[in-house]
Amino acid sequence: MSDNTQSQINQYLTFSLDSEIFAQSISEVREVLEYATITRIPKTPEFMLGVINLRGNAVPVIDMRLKLGLPKTERTVDTCIIITEVQMEEGENIFGALVDSVHEVMEIDQDTLEPTPKIGTKIDSSFIRGMAKQDDGFIMLLDIVKIFSDNELNTIQKTTEDQIEEEKMEVLTT
Amino acid sequence: MDKFSQSFITEATELLENLENDLMELKDSPADKELIDSVFRAMHTIKGSAAMFGFEIIADFTHDIENIFELVRSGDLIVSPELIDLIFISRDQISDMLTEATGATKADADKGKEIIKNLQKFSKNKTEEALDEYGSHPEKMSIDSANSNLDKTYRIRFKPDINIFRTGTNPIFLIEELELIGTTKIICHTDSIPDLAQLDPESSYVYWDIIITTDAGVDAIKDVFIFVEDSCELLIETIDEGYSFENDSDYKKIGEILVSHGDITQEELNEALSSQQPIGQILVNLGKINPSTIAAAATEQEEVRKIRSARQQRVDVSSIRVTSEKLDRMVDLVGELVVAQARLNQIAHENQSPDLVAVAEEVERLSGELRDSTMEIRMLPIGTTFSKFKRLVYDLSKDLGKEVNIYTEGGETELDKNVIEKLNDPLIHIIRNCIDHGIEKPEVRKTAGKPQQGTVRISAIHSGSNVFIHIEDDGAGINKERIRQKAIEKGLIGEEALLSEKELLGLIMEAGFSTAQEITSVSGRGVGMDVVRRSIEDLRGSIEIDSTEGKGTHIIIQLPLTLAIIEGLQVQIGEDYFILPLSSVEECIELTNGDTTNERGSNLIHVRGEVTPYIRLRDWFGFSNKRTAHEQIVVTNMNNHRIGFVVDQVVGEHQTVIKSLGKVYENVEGISGATIRGDGTIALILDVPKLIEVVESEIKAA
Repeated sequence: MSDNTQSQINQYLTFSLDSEIFAQSISEVREVLEYATITRIPKTPEFMLGVINLRGNAVPVIDMRLKLGLPKTERTVDTCIIITEVQMEEGENIFGALVDSVHEVMEIDQDTLEPTPKIGTKIDSSFIRGMAKQDDGFIMLLDIVKIFSDNELNTIQKTTEDQIEEEKMEVLTT
Repeated sequence: MDKFSQSFITEATELLENLENDLMELKDSPADKELIDSVFRAMHTIKGSAAMFGFEIIADFTHDIENIFELVRSGDLIVSPELIDLIFISRDQISDMLTEATGATKADADKGKEIIKNLQKFSKNKTEEALDEYGSHPEKMSIDSANSNLDKTYRIRFKPDINIFRTGTNPIFLIEELELIGTTKIICHTDSIPDLAQLDPESSYVYWDIIITTDAGVDAIKDVFIFVEDSCELLIETIDEGYSFENDSDYKKIGEILVSHGDITQEELNEALSSQQPIGQILVNLGKINPSTIAAAATEQEEVRKIRSARQQRVDVSSIRVTSEKLDRMVDLVGELVVAQARLNQIAHENQSPDLVAVAEEVERLSGELRDSTMEIRMLPIGTTFSKFKRLVYDLSKDLGKEVNIYTEGGETELDKNVIEKLNDPLIHIIRNCIDHGIEKPEVRKTAGKPQQGTVRISAIHSGSNVFIHIEDDGAGINKERIRQKAIEKGLIGEEALLSEKELLGLIMEAGFSTAQEITSVSGRGVGMDVVRRSIEDLRGSIEIDSTEGKGTHIIIQLPLTLAIIEGLQVQIGEDYFILPLSSVEECIELTNGDTTNERGSNLIHVRGEVTPYIRLRDWFGFSNKRTAHEQIVVTNMNNHRIGFVVDQVVGEHQTVIKSLGKVYENVEGISGATIRGDGTIALILDVPKLIEVVESEIKAA
């Protein structure tokens, strides 16, 4: 990354879920799409909506509200999909996050961040990195990597049988 | 690492692979001169390039092996199994050295020294031995007599450089050497000798045309000129292949010779020829033969000609080397093109514009061709994998004290690069099983009245959009009663279960099944055929076992040609679209209530008198929308397991470009991937083998 690393890290994309405002670092955002038809995939948790066709590739989409413990997203004209790139151990992963509406890109000074209160919020506080003050309300900064690398996402249907089989395969190849 | 070193390593690795092949063949026919030459050349090339690119250690090491083969070539040393073993070890050592050069692992230097010592011992002993028997030269005799090559005739144009005497070479010696190889007819051209006044006695002015008939092969001739190659004009042409009468068309016809001599013109010749009737016609006219026999003969002739010209072309083709990433990228792009083309088609047909439809059809044709030829580029002959097995069989049989011959067939059969790579491990496992459990020890075989040496036969056959790989052995076969006992023991089947032979053998490939009573280092680790089956099925192939006790085992693997694009059958359930691989679909029928019976809580349907279990995908996937009045059932068959899938509607065939669902959806049960439909929405590809497995276990549990 170049010299503007610092300012990039301080820039955040804000969006709303339910009645709350959230933000995620724009370095993780690849693009924002209008709502597109999501193909559901059977036998997966409810918050995992399915896949969309992003220029010929199947990209998984999750319902951000359900994931954070809020009620299910109702589709409106403002409903958007934020395409997010997440660096994981196995490499880069691309996800779509369904949100109620996208607002703006704004700078948030790291120093003004306040720790997440343990109580008084409806959502799972482990996914919140901190809170920033804006006007008279708060913006919650999401820890995107944590949300997307959450075990629940990566271990769907991964039964013990599969694991055994993988181990066997290893023995076979050695 | 720089580009040149990299290309040296690639080249050397390839040479080593070929070398392994040659050595395996040499083991079986130790007197084959061409093979010996080939091994020698491989070593020579490795040595040369290694020295050139600064890999001195490799060069030095290879030099010693080359020396040994020099002895073999000259007939002073016979190829013995011990020698082959030693060369094998040396080959592996060079391979290790190459890996070391890439910085990966370190080659064992001590092992290298040890090998060199053994090699030198070998060459010393044998040289002495050979010297003792120098008078009779028995080894050389054996090589010559064993060489059953056919006589071929070559024309050699040998025009030495004018300065050849100054390099200390006498061309006459070379020609004399040629006379030793075969029957020669030598024509000396003296037309460029200048007048005596201008003649320089230290220059060579003459050149020769030599017609030589020999069984030694063109390489032997080249060897004669090996030291003067760069300082002479040398042209070696085969003028007669020497097979048999069938080749008679190869010599020049009288007419052609006359024309070439200028005695008659081409026109005169044509005129004379036009009055002549084809031999077939003459025979028919004489009533000696009927026209259909002639037609058959003509077809045969045409076929031979085609094969010949194809062979000729094969020699002529040049090739380029590209990285596989580039090919993968190309396949991706073609995939996208196919998807875009499907959209174009849909739009064209919606708009009803004839021009647009025409263009869409043109694009469809082109993209289809482009797809096929791109897939073709990725095709590799499976032979390279086969040759690895030869070494495996050789090593294994030695370790296990068994005598096994391996025969391979159809090595030229082509498969997608990725399929070949993923096929390697399962095949190795199967062959290990064949040798470990299948082929008996030599004593046992003898008492059973079989040849002492066991045979493993691997063949690949291309059929439609599939490739079949057969692995056969003539070993002990599979004891079906033992399988039955074991399966009952493991709870895979009930005591009273009635199973066909095929089903019984299929049990071997169930998870957690291994009948080997004695666990060896080779197989029987409990890693069973189930893993093999799963890997084959991951390649969208299938596997089948057939075995006769005491006679041997036959394993058949069926594989699709390519992984990236498949022919699929599109089906609809409510708003959702799914793809079933067309290769697994047997038939589609209407589901009416009369066909169904409900036994033990599972769904069964009678299809042409056969009871077939089925599942309603809508229920299985847990979709909440309502069933349609007329459902259809798609009957699939994998490895003789028939299952029906109930869907709302069968949409039709679909060119399916397989897209991964990514890490997140990797382990979703029953779904193996996705594809983009013509309108840009996504259809999911059903994992038929997995679904069959799940359904069968549900039925068993019920």
